[in-house]
Amino acid sequence: MTPLYMAFLGGGLLCLIGQLVMDLTKANITPGHILVGYISIGGILSAFGLYQPLVDAVGAGATIPLSGFGHLLVQGTLKAVDSNGILGAFSGGVEAAAAGITCAIVFGYVAAVLFNPKG
Amino acid sequence: MNVDQKQWHKIEMQEYQNLVDQIKPKPDILKNSIWAFMVGGLICGFAQVLVNYLLSAGMSRTDAGSAVSCIMIFLAAFFTGIGIYDELGKRAGAGSIVPITGFANAIVASAMEFKREGYIFGVGARIFSVAGPTLVFGFAVAVVAGLIKVFLST
Repeated sequence: MTPLYMAFLGGGLLCLIGQLVMDLTKANITPGHILVGYISIGGILSAFGLYQPLVDAVGAGATIPLSGFGHLLVQGTLKAVDSNGILGAFSGGVEAAAAGITCAIVFGYVAAVLFNPKG
Repeated sequence: MNVDQKQWHKIEMQEYQNLVDQIKPKPDILKNSIWAFMVGGLICGFAQVLVNYLLSAGMSRTDAGSAVSCIMIFLAAFFTGIGIYDELGKRAGAGSIVPITGFANAIVASAMEFKREGYIFGVGARIFSVAGPTLVFGFAVAVVAGLIKVFLST
């Protein structure tokens, strides 16, 4: 089991990088860009085998940031390629991330319907 | 003479303003960084507590990861709905965007604003205004990685 402080440090550092990217670059970087950037970079690092060591070291500190979601998609896809070949390349990602994606859509929809924006 | 003095004054003010602009953002960057680090770290630390609990209860690592993602998404959707998450986000910046809770926040926050356009093509469509691009690029990377592996192994 990953110790709590490692998750705190890992997650904190990944968020710090995002904050520095937002503050130090002149370009107008929106939260959407950060999300897209993290899922893509996490996926690419994962494909080269560079993200798993981070997950081993900091646990939820690496899986909870959105880069961990990219890692989940890529690892699911690569595993499915081993068992199902080319079909797995298209099915493995959703299979691995099914719970997260479905929760996000269903809980997101329900919350948006039940609550009203403030102000 | 008087006009000259006024111009000098103006130039001095301008230089002073330039100096202020140079110095001003630095403490903000430090403050933002600390906020992002602390809030991001706390969110991930909380998730780790949940993961460790589920693992000790005998759940597999994969299932525990999925379950905790769902819990975090549920909490973020709820706290976005009651308006707390966006208040936190004003200070925490990337600390509240980068974790998966920020993904859920983006879904709810953008969907809530478009209730006027109806529950199907308002809320139902706007859910994906930020989540859509994120998933597109996530899947694109995954499929490309998968296809490369297919071609390398044949």
